Amino acid sequence: MATTSKNTFSRRGFMKTSALASGGMLIGFNLFQSCKPTVKPPIDLSKLNYNDFNAFIRIANNGAVTIFSPNPEIGQGVKTSMPMIIAEELDVAWKDVYVAQGKLDTKNYTRQVAGGSQSIRQGWDALRQTGASAKAMLVRAAAIRWGVDASECSVSEGVITNAAGETLGYGDVVNEAATLEVPEEVVLKDPKDYKIISRDAGNVDIGKITTGQPLFGLDYKEEGMVYASVARPPAFGQKLISFNATKAIEMDGVIDVIRVGEKGRAHMNGPNKNWSAKLPDSDKVVVIAESTWQAMKAKKALEIVWEDNQPESTAQHDKILLDLLKGSDFTTMRSDGNIKKAFANADKIIERTYESPFLPHNCLEPMNFFANVTDEKVHLVGPVQTPASAAETVADMLGRNLDDIHLEMTRMGGGFGRRLYGDFVFEAAEISNLIRKPVKMVSSREDDMTTGVYRPAIKYRIAASIKDGEITGYHLKEAAINGNMYGLIPNFFPAGAIENYQVDVASYNSNITTGAWRAPYTNFLAYAEQSFFDELAEVMQKDKVQLRLDLLEKVKNTEDERIQYDPERMQNCIKMAVEKSDWGKKPDTIYQGFVNYYCHNTHVAQVADVAIEKGVAVVKKITCVVDCGIVINPLGAINQIEGGILDGIGHSMYGDFNFDNGKPLANNFDRYRLIRMNETPEIETHLIQNELSPTGLGEPTLPPVGGAIANAFAAATGNRLYKQPFSKTPELLRAPKKEIIG
Amino acid sequence: MPSFQLKVNGESKTVEVASDTPVLWVLRDHLNLVGTKFGCGIGQCGACTVHLDGNATRSCQLQVSQIDGKEITTIEGLSEEGAHPVQEAWTEVDVPQCGYCQAGQMMTASAFLNKNPNPSEQEIRNAMHGNICRCASYTRIRKAVAIAAEKMS
Repeated sequence: MATTSKNTFSRRGFMKTSALASGGMLIGFNLFQSCKPTVKPPIDLSKLNYNDFNAFIRIANNGAVTIFSPNPEIGQGVKTSMPMIIAEELDVAWKDVYVAQGKLDTKNYTRQVAGGSQSIRQGWDALRQTGASAKAMLVRAAAIRWGVDASECSVSEGVITNAAGETLGYGDVVNEAATLEVPEEVVLKDPKDYKIISRDAGNVDIGKITTGQPLFGLDYKEEGMVYASVARPPAFGQKLISFNATKAIEMDGVIDVIRVGEKGRAHMNGPNKNWSAKLPDSDKVVVIAESTWQAMKAKKALEIVWEDNQPESTAQHDKILLDLLKGSDFTTMRSDGNIKKAFANADKIIERTYESPFLPHNCLEPMNFFANVTDEKVHLVGPVQTPASAAETVADMLGRNLDDIHLEMTRMGGGFGRRLYGDFVFEAAEISNLIRKPVKMVSSREDDMTTGVYRPAIKYRIAASIKDGEITGYHLKEAAINGNMYGLIPNFFPAGAIENYQVDVASYNSNITTGAWRAPYTNFLAYAEQSFFDELAEVMQKDKVQLRLDLLEKVKNTEDERIQYDPERMQNCIKMAVEKSDWGKKPDTIYQGFVNYYCHNTHVAQVADVAIEKGVAVVKKITCVVDCGIVINPLGAINQIEGGILDGIGHSMYGDFNFDNGKPLANNFDRYRLIRMNETPEIETHLIQNELSPTGLGEPTLPPVGGAIANAFAAATGNRLYKQPFSKTPELLRAPKKEIIG
Repeated sequence: MPSFQLKVNGESKTVEVASDTPVLWVLRDHLNLVGTKFGCGIGQCGACTVHLDGNATRSCQLQVSQIDGKEITTIEGLSEEGAHPVQEAWTEVDVPQCGYCQAGQMMTASAFLNKNPNPSEQEIRNAMHGNICRCASYTRIRKAVAIAAEKMS
C-alpha cells in the first residue's frame, strides 16, 4: 500500500530547490546525508556544484526531465536504475527522462562510490522521497493556480488533472513549483502502482555502446594531450635503482623519459594516507610520447636496474598459510558457546581445508587516466570507482586545495573492485604535475595484470563436531595474505544456527598488493562453506537441502542482532530453487549440486546441473533464485545475476595466478584463462516477488556458484574439490571408470 | 615517417605513422575512431575486432603497412545510425553490462552472420568463443546473435 513518509530528510535539508534563470526548476539533493542549511542549488546549470548536493534533477519548461545520476557506472547498471526510482515517484514517463552522468566534487558527501552492491540499497529511500517531494510541489503549484485543493488533483506521466478535468503539464507549473517550500511529508507509491520500477528498462548508454561513440576513460582526448607508459617494478618489493633511456628517447614520437614516484611515496608515508592509495615504495620510469603505441613501444627499449628485495613465491605462500592454519596465532572474530567442549564431546569430527589463489581483476579496459595539472587547477578524467578518495589523495600529493581538483567520471570498462584503488589516477596526476601537459596514462594488459591489486590467496580450515546426529560445533579458521575477513562476515550463516561456533583469522603480511575483488571476502568463502555443508550432510546421512532448512529454522526468532541474514527469506529461496531446478528429480545422467548463500544483503539459492561428456564432468545449467527485495529493473537485474554466475564459474574453474621471484607468472590472456562462450552453461533465474526494500545485485550471485558446481562435480565423479581453480586438477573432474565404459 | 593511404568506413584517409604501428592505434589515436577497443594487444580478447575486406580481424595484430588497398570497417562504419541488424539485436536484448567489449563482439557477430546467415546455437557459440566478455554477458550475446540472424534472413 501507499505509505506516508515523514520526510525526515527534508528537515535535515537533504533536498533544496531553485528556479533556474533559464526557466524550469532545479532540485539538488544528497542521497546519503543532509545538505548544509545555508546552501541552495545554483540558478545556472553550468554551475552545478556537487560539493553540496550529489545529485540533481532538472525539470524544464517543456516538461523534459534530466536526472544527473551521481554514482559511478562500472557495468552494474546504476546509471539506469537509480534514475528509474526518481522517475517513478516523480510520475513521469521513463521515455521522457534523459539521464546524464553526474560529476564529482569532493567536499561534503560520503558515498559516490561503486562498490559493495550498495548504491541501490542505500539510495532507495532518498531517491523515492526526492521524486515524491518534487511531484508534491508541482501538484501544489497547479492546485494554487486552479484555486483547488491539491488532494483533488491526480498525476499521470507528468500531466496534472483536477476534478473538473482540466490539465496542466509539469512544464506549465514548474516555475511556480520551484518557489514553494519542500513538503514535510510525502506520500510514497504503493508498489502495486509502479509503472517504471519492476519494469524492464534498457541501458541508458546503449546507443553509444552499439555505435562505438567515445564513452570510456580510454576514449577521452584533449587538444595537445600526450601519452604516458609507465615502467613499474616488475617484481613486488623491488625498487628502482637506475635507468638508461638512450635508446628510448631516440625513438619515433618520444617526447621525454622521466622518473616519477616521489609524491606518491610521500603520500603513502604521510599523515593523510588514503585507504584507497596503494602505490609501490619505488620510483617508476615513464615514457612520454605523442601516441599510445609509441609510448608503449619505447617503454620496452628502456634499460632499468631494479633492486631485489626478498622476492616471494606461491610455493612459499602455500607453506606459510598452511602453517598458520596449524598454528595458534589467531584473532577470534566471533565465538559462541564453547567449541573446545563441543569437539571434545563429539561422536564424530569432520575437518576440511580449502585453498584458493590470488586473482587479478582483469577489467577489459586497462587502467588509465587523464590528468592536466596547471597552476589554476587539476583536471582529472577517467574511470575510477572512488572519485572522492582519488581527488583527496591527489590534493594531498600535489599540495593543492581540494577546490582545485576537478574530477570527471567516465563509464568504466569493468571495475570488479580494481578501480576502488586510484593508483592510476595518482600516477597520471604526478606525471602531469612534472611535465605540465595534459597527459593520458595508459597501462598495457601486461602492466595491468602484473602490477595489480589482487584478491589475496586464502586458505580455510573448517571443522564441525557431530553428537547424537546433530551439528554441535563449527570452527572456521582463515589464513590469508594481508588479512581478508572483516566485520560482518562472521555473522553470516551458519552463525546463530550452531550452538558452539567460532571464527578465527590469521594473516601473513606480503608486499604483493592486495585488495577488494568482486564480492570481497565471500567470493571464496561461500564455496568453501557450501562444499563443507554438502559433505557434512553426506557424513551425517541427512538430506542436503533438509540439513540447510533445519539449521535455518534454528535461527528464526533469534534475539542476536548481529545475525545478518534472514532465515525465512533464505528458506524461501531454497524451497523455490528445489522446485524450479527439479532437485532430485532429474534423469540419472544429470548430477546436481545445491547451495544457498547470503552476502551483500541479498539471499541466493542455486542448483548446478552437471553431465558427463567424453568422460569429463561439464556444467550444463545453473538454476538461480534471488531475493533482493523489490527489483528495480528486471532486465538489468538478470544481466547482473547471469554475469555474476558466469564470472563465479569462470574463476572457480580457471582463475589461477601464481608468483615466482616476486613476479606473476601470467601477464596476459594467453596464460591467464577467463571464461569464454563455449564454457558457459544455460542459466535460469527466478526472482522472489516481495515488497521489501531493494538490495544490490552486482555481487551476490558470484560467491556461491563455485560451491554449486563443486557439489555437482562431487555428485558426478565422487571427487570432492578442495582447491581452486578446479581445472588445475583435471583428473578430479573425470567420471569414475565404470561410467566411461558404460 | 612513412605515409599510408587507408580506406576506412568507405573514406580515404592518410596517416603518417611508423610502418609497424598496429591498425588499432592508428584508428584510435590518429583517426579518432575510438569505438575499436584495446584489451590485450596480443589478439587474445577480440575487443579490437574490425572487418578487413569483410573478414573479422584483430586490429591489434595488423600492422598499418599490411592493409594497403584493403577496406577496413569499424563499429562506427558498421551501419548508418546504428541500424545494422546486429546493433538492433544488441539493443533489443540489452546485451551490455560495462559495454567495453561489445564493439568487438558485434564486429565478430556481423562478419560471421554474413557468411552463415542461419547458424545453429553451437555455431554461434564457436563463432563468438574468441571474444572475451569480462562481465560475462555471454547468455545475451548468444541470444542477440540469434535474433540478428533472424533479422538478416
